[in-house]
Amino acid sequence: MTSTAPADKAGEHTDELLPELVALLRDQRTVLREEWVRRITDAGLLKVMSPEEIFAEVTTVYDNYVDVLETGSVETLQAYARDLSERIIPRGVETDEVLGIVLLLRDVLARSLFVNYQQNADMLNKILDAYEPAANRIAVTVGVSFVEERERVIREQQEAIRDLSTPVLQVRDRLLILPIIGMLDAQRARQLTEQLLGAIQSSRAKVVVIDITGVAAIDLTVANHIVQTVEAARLMGASAVITGLSSKIAQTLVDLGVDLSMMNTVGDLQGGLEEAERLMGLRPAVGDSDGEG
Amino acid sequence: MPGRVAILKQRDYLIATVQGDLSDEEIVALRDDLAERVGRYRARAIIVDVTAFDVIDSFVARSLRALAITARLRGARTVVVGIQPDVAIAMVQFRIDLAPLVTALDLDEALRILDATPRRAHDG
Repeated sequence: MTSTAPADKAGEHTDELLPELVALLRDQRTVLREEWVRRITDAGLLKVMSPEEIFAEVTTVYDNYVDVLETGSVETLQAYARDLSERIIPRGVETDEVLGIVLLLRDVLARSLFVNYQQNADMLNKILDAYEPAANRIAVTVGVSFVEERERVIREQQEAIRDLSTPVLQVRDRLLILPIIGMLDAQRARQLTEQLLGAIQSSRAKVVVIDITGVAAIDLTVANHIVQTVEAARLMGASAVITGLSSKIAQTLVDLGVDLSMMNTVGDLQGGLEEAERLMGLRPAVGDSDGEG
Repeated sequence: MPGRVAILKQRDYLIATVQGDLSDEEIVALRDDLAERVGRYRARAIIVDVTAFDVIDSFVARSLRALAITARLRGARTVVVGIQPDVAIAMVQFRIDLAPLVTALDLDEALRILDATPRRAHDG
């Protein structure tokens, strides 16, 4: 029988061969573990961790690995991989390191199988048929767990940044300032709109000054969203003044053909506040104004 | 006369408070009723309070605009108050506009705007 044998035929042997494989790996635990650590160190992986830490983690992963081969259930390993990822991601361990380490273990174990069964090519093929699918499954499980954990961390950070960076400030009775800083994407723009309209209602705002000095670039979706926000604010009875359009953004808006006829724009925040006070009737009006932008 | 709209007369103003979403027929009835009362009470302005509306669709918007134009022809301005944040967002997303209607945050604000404008306003 060769390694290219049909999968179901290989499956027949899996049941009888896996216990033998597991027993072998348990038997040679110490040697193989040390070999694995040596390969990890040689490859320059996990530099942020001390040798003792590496050895401790490696032992747990090794035992989990053998358990998966024995039981076929990846849940324990999956949970451990998540937990491990949670601990090592903040220390700067990269995806390629994690994948490299798991693949190294796969190599170390495969190599030991070659050594043990080198007298019997037929048996070696059978045992590899049993070993390879399980080993691949383990590698995928660990890799996916790590990436999922990373994505979870990134999502949490994005949410934190979003919450931090969108304050609605009240500068005086019924006058709000919304300073927008950083990147504006469609989701954040939508969130800004909701926050602003909610604040208009709760603080009975008459004028809102939206300052976009801190926005580096803008695209059509976001530009339209700002226009919609101004419109929605107007429907609620508040006038919006946009300030701090950089020359680059102003040019982008013109190039994109955004309809700015409804927008009240002023050069800088100071001018915006003066305009707001005029709209609120706190300053002598330049022309006739009934307070509607 | 729709049952779910309370129409009060306060000074020169008619205040129509809608208690919930109205059917198309009720909206039309409200429009006709208000247009009629403007003449009867010699009202100078109509305030329509839509705080209770969960949605303002194109038909409601068109009816409100028609009401404003009708009332204007009979010498009264119209101010819509109480559009909720969600409703405002939905309206701009579906490109439903109330122009040339004047909108205000609440009743208080509408009264302030109306008190501040001379009798023949240039809009509304």
